[in-house]
Amino acid sequence: MDMLIKFLVAAVGAGTPLLFGTTGEILTEKTGHLNLGVEGMMSIGACIGFMVGYYSDNFVLALCFAALSGAFSALIYAFLTVTLMANQNVTGLTLTIFGIGFANFIGIFVLNKSPEGTLKLPEKITAAMRGIHIQGVSDLPVVGELLFSYSPFVYIGIFIAIVSAYYLNHTKAGLGLKAVGENPGAADAAGIKVTRVKYLNIILGGAICGIGGVYCSMIINGGVWISDNVGGLGWIAVALVIFANWQPSMAILGSFVFGALRVLKYYIPQSIFPFPIAFYDMLPFLMTALVLVISSMRKSSRINLPASLGLNYYREER
Amino acid sequence: MSNTAENLRKEPLLRVVKRAELPTGKIILLRLLAVLLSLIAGGIFIACVGQNPFVIYMTIISGACRSVMAFQGTIKLMIPLLITSLGVTLAFKMKFWNIGAEGQIIFGATCATFFALFFSGLNHVLLILIMFLSGFIGGGLWGLIPAVFKVKYNTNETLFTLMLNYIALHIVSYLRDGPWMDPGSQGFPKIARFDKNASLDKLFGIQFGWLIALILVVLVFLYLKYAKQGYEISVVGESQDTARYAGMNVKKIVLRTMFLSGGICGLAGMIQATGSDITLTTSVAGGVGFTAIIIAWLAQLNPFAILLVSFLFSVLEKGSSVVQSNFGLSTDCADVLQGIILFFILGCEFFIRYRFLFREGNHGTDTVKKEKEG
Repeated sequence: MDMLIKFLVAAVGAGTPLLFGTTGEILTEKTGHLNLGVEGMMSIGACIGFMVGYYSDNFVLALCFAALSGAFSALIYAFLTVTLMANQNVTGLTLTIFGIGFANFIGIFVLNKSPEGTLKLPEKITAAMRGIHIQGVSDLPVVGELLFSYSPFVYIGIFIAIVSAYYLNHTKAGLGLKAVGENPGAADAAGIKVTRVKYLNIILGGAICGIGGVYCSMIINGGVWISDNVGGLGWIAVALVIFANWQPSMAILGSFVFGALRVLKYYIPQSIFPFPIAFYDMLPFLMTALVLVISSMRKSSRINLPASLGLNYYREER
Repeated sequence: MSNTAENLRKEPLLRVVKRAELPTGKIILLRLLAVLLSLIAGGIFIACVGQNPFVIYMTIISGACRSVMAFQGTIKLMIPLLITSLGVTLAFKMKFWNIGAEGQIIFGATCATFFALFFSGLNHVLLILIMFLSGFIGGGLWGLIPAVFKVKYNTNETLFTLMLNYIALHIVSYLRDGPWMDPGSQGFPKIARFDKNASLDKLFGIQFGWLIALILVVLVFLYLKYAKQGYEISVVGESQDTARYAGMNVKKIVLRTMFLSGGICGLAGMIQATGSDITLTTSVAGGVGFTAIIIAWLAQLNPFAILLVSFLFSVLEKGSSVVQSNFGLSTDCADVLQGIILFFILGCEFFIRYRFLFREGNHGTDTVKKEKEG
């Protein structure tokens, strides 16, 4: 029982960066733009957020800069694909390669300048990221640990996902966004400012991805900078969007399930399941591939794939 | 009069208009301009980290070509880049987003390694041929998996090929930690160095692979330009409906092309493992699969342009390792510069196809009308 609770807690922690990436990409894809640069935007957010945290020792400032840098990298994507109508796949991939290269480059650059030879976050910010503790509530057996013991990131992530779900399903702006993703021509004719909606939501999505990135650099390795700290999570997030059926509320569930897959290897006794470690490392990717296949086999009308996903909108060709 | 004023007010300040096809010379000029701008942007980035961009650029070029040894190193880097770019080109021509070249490289190399490890006693030429074939078939099968699901269920190939990259990677780490672990390494997880009999020969001091790569450039060019199958690829890429209407078997074309595309990437893996690394590691692909996508796109999927661009990219990568040792800037600098160059080229494509039109009164609306008629 104790082991199970530890496992679930670890799963939530491992799933949190995925939650940010997935929510951000859902908002992006709802505009009809498939941004394959999630990994890159997360890397840039991871790098800038970490460095700001390292020098300022201020958690909130680090978060803000992570979000801003993610938003800025999404702006590059938005400018190229919305205004200049560049190929979305290639632009996203380039953003990923650029973002990873940029993050590693800056990381090593700052590392070489540091006197200690490592980059470790200072004490105050580490304390701010630690699991919360509410007197009385967090001490409750089981419930306390399962619900009230996480790093603030977890609650921020869930909060953003719930707000995004509300925004998409219950506000006028969200309705406009979905209209743009389904049929930009019709949305344009209905008086929706297509370009503005696309820019806003792609940038918003990038900002959310940036926060997910800073989780990777500040938490996963215990506050020490290492290269490639996002390590493919951005790509899993892109796939999780399909798993979550383009619904932020489903993204919460999906992220934690995939988080569980990522930490499974530490909690499964080798004596019962003698699988090699490499198999557990492969598991999230294998599952994602399976999800892709299964969701494509199921030709249900309930799939919320935006109809214009991947197609650029040129006003004069509608 | 009031009518025109009304129209003017309604017309947006800035609008996008398609333009007539530009002459080739002008297109090349525009692209060169984009590259120049990207080098300036990259220069600003280098200046931001406190280095002189001119010195860095010069070091990159001289570092890659300063001696015979350095140049051979550059070519060695170029071989997998060139072959993989040719591989992804086939898929991209068909608008099949194969970003799984990494996985195809790894799996091709793994299949070839099987023979290198367990059949190293065979006749040298025969063994190399078998490894060559197994690399090709291995990569091809790895590319075929997403293609099968694509034609059957329309499964998103971008994400599927990507997931297969990681799956292939972990297959290698499984083999490295278990069945294929070098018995002589005292428990340190690595795969044994290949027997001399199972490694590629050298030609002019560089592994044989460069010649294969050059032959492939010509073959892929001929295949795309003159073969019936190559023509089918571009028709499917332009419009699957057109292809179907013309009586082509689209499914068969997609499957065949992805097998070839993956196969060529698998070859790159076999050549990297047996020619350069002389063993199989988890970094046999090492990002080549992604850089190849950038190269193929920059070269507009033209095999000869790919030859040129992949050479320039290897200069960039080789040179950046010299920059690392001389100035302490990490080799990731190459990735940043590659990214910036492609951003600018992607942006520049817009100005080849479209142009901006500003609202400028009566005269402006007239030109719009002319543009529409023309």
